[in-house]
Formats: sequence, C-alpha cells, structure tokens
Amino acid sequence: MRELANSASNWIVPLLILGIPLYAYAVKRVRVYESFIEGAKEGFTIGVRIMPYLVAILVAIGMFRASGAMDWLVWVIRPVVSWAGFPPEALPSSLMRSLSGSAAFAMSSEIFKVNGPDSFIGRLVSVIQGSTETTFYVMAVYFGAVAVRKTRYTLAASLITDVSGIVAAYVICRLLF
Amino acid sequence: MNIVWLLLIGAAVISGAVKGHMADVSNAMFSSATTAIELAIGLVGGMTLFLGLMRVADDAGLVKLLARALRPVFRVLFPDVPRDHPALGAIAMNFGANMLGLGDAATPFGIKAMEELQTLNPDKESATDAMCMFVTLHSSSLQIIPVMVISLRAAAGSKNPSETIVGTIFATAMSMIVAIVVSRLFARWFALRKKAGAA
Repeated sequence: MRELANSASNWIVPLLILGIPLYAYAVKRVRVYESFIEGAKEGFTIGVRIMPYLVAILVAIGMFRASGAMDWLVWVIRPVVSWAGFPPEALPSSLMRSLSGSAAFAMSSEIFKVNGPDSFIGRLVSVIQGSTETTFYVMAVYFGAVAVRKTRYTLAASLITDVSGIVAAYVICRLLF
Repeated sequence: MNIVWLLLIGAAVISGAVKGHMADVSNAMFSSATTAIELAIGLVGGMTLFLGLMRVADDAGLVKLLARALRPVFRVLFPDVPRDHPALGAIAMNFGANMLGLGDAATPFGIKAMEELQTLNPDKESATDAMCMFVTLHSSSLQIIPVMVISLRAAAGSKNPSETIVGTIFATAMSMIVAIVVSRLFARWFALRKKAGAA
C-alpha cells in the first residue's frame, strides 16, 4: 500500500506537467511557454507576502514548545480525557499536531519506541496523526498569501475540527483494535 | 487569533520563567523566525512551478472544466462563489493534490484558490465564508493515505504499518463532516450577528 502511494505520487506530478501543457498546446492552441512564465511570475511575491504571517505564528509556537508550557496544557486536559478512557500517553502528541507537524511526528516516534507501533496506543497515535493537520501553519500560509488579517471564525472552526478528528480516531480505534 | 497568539506567547514566557527555561525560549524565538523565513523561501520554488502550470491549465480551460464537474459538491460548500468561477477549479486541484498526499503541489493550488476567492471579497482584510470553509476543511487532513505515518510505523518495526489506514480514512471523513457543519453554523451565526449589529 505504501509502495503504491509512493509510486503514485512519483508518477502523477510528472504526468501532469507533461499532460496539461501538451493538451493546452495541441488542442487549445495555448502559447504554453509564455503562459507558464506569466503564471510563475507570482511565485516569489507570494513567498515574500506570507513571511510575516509565518514568522508571527512559528515564533509563538517555537517559544511555547521550548518553554515546556505544553506540560500545563496536558495537565489541565488530562483528567477529562482519562475519564473518557483515552490513554494519557497519546495526549501530548495529539495536542502538538495542530501546532507543529515535525514535533508531533517526533513525539509519535517516541511513543512507537516505548509502547510499540502495534500497541493500542501506537495505533491510536497513528490514526490521530494521519487524520489531523498542522492547522496554524496552513492558516498562516493561506491567509498570508492574500494578506487577509481578520480570519474570523476559521481558527475556532479548525480547532473544533481537530478535536473531532482526535475523538473520531479514538472511537474507531476502540472499535477496530 | 489575537487571543490564541497572546496565549501561546504568554504561556511560554510564564512557563519559561517558572521552570527556568528562559534561555531556551529566547533561543527558540530567533531560531523559529529563521525557520519561518526558510520555510517561506522553500515554498517559492514549488510555488513558482505549480503556479506556472496552473496558468497553463487555466488558459486551456481545464480549471473551469474541473470546476464544472464538481459543481454539485461546491454548491453546498461554497454557496457564495459563482458557478464556474476559477476559484472552484483551484480548490478542486488543491483538494485532489491533498488527497493524493502531494503536499508540494497542494499548497500552490491552495494559494491560487485563496487569491481567486480574494477577488470576490468586498473587504480585502477580512476572510469570506468561502475562505473560512476552505481553510477549515484542511484541518480534517484531506490526505487519504497517510504516507508519513506509515513510514514512521515501518521505521519503528511495525508488523503491519498500513493497518491504520482504514481508521484514518474514517476519522478524516468524520472530521471533514464536522468541519463543514461547524463552518456553516459559524457563517450563519456571524451573519445574524452582523444583521443585529446593523439594525
């Protein structure tokens, strides 16, 4: 399955890069080279535009991680989730997922090492990490790209979505494993 | 966002002070700022490539075609976006790339989608309902096969690294439904609040 997924992503992009211009040129008579350059022009400006947004959010997250404040968050939430039967070992990496993908993956690896990837906790962590996203990064990049500062209810809705992903992961793991 | 940002920094400084981690916090500040710029620069290459490709697809009418094919789904998700609008084509390409796990391609398509949505935005500094819905949907992690997790599991010596795929698809589908429902409810609530404020 993994090989399939990997080779699929190796094939799809090159095929798109050949297929789209080929169709455009042969069928629609598009000046493909000029068209490509025209679109590509924006690339750098967008990169520069998202910089302040990324710095703002990554600095806050970096400070938060380095300070060990995560322990407090875990300490506050822990009683609630233990009451529901959710293994507390899986909590820190799940909470970290919305903030930093690489940190969450590192914490998951640690859990795999300690509890084993085929333990209930290992499977639960796998499902959680696969079904949640680095919400803060996505928001910074996408809203930064269009310089929208007021994101209204996006963060609230995204965090509710993240929590629902964790809950759904827990429920399905209880049913499956 | 303001509150969460302040909370993150506030918690960091207080925790750093109490636990004596202030040096780490200070170092993290600067290294994160550098990382952020490196990330942004790192995005530029892929972005330039896929934005170029996207323009070719657009000029060939492929983006519009894609938008038309997915019209029934998008009418529910993005009712404020006119049918056949290029934003819908970009959104479709972003979702497609995300589902296949092509993160490098997904981000430029997503940014293009945001730019197209911004052309429909009367207040350029404030997000539209369509933007909120679009970004929130990402939180459900659209990726179907979690390649990264499977690799981690394999590296940790799992007997069956891909056995969690079914569970992941279920959890992703559930949180996707939640993302849609919650965004629609928030949109309605904000609209009501605005009306009450104007009256």
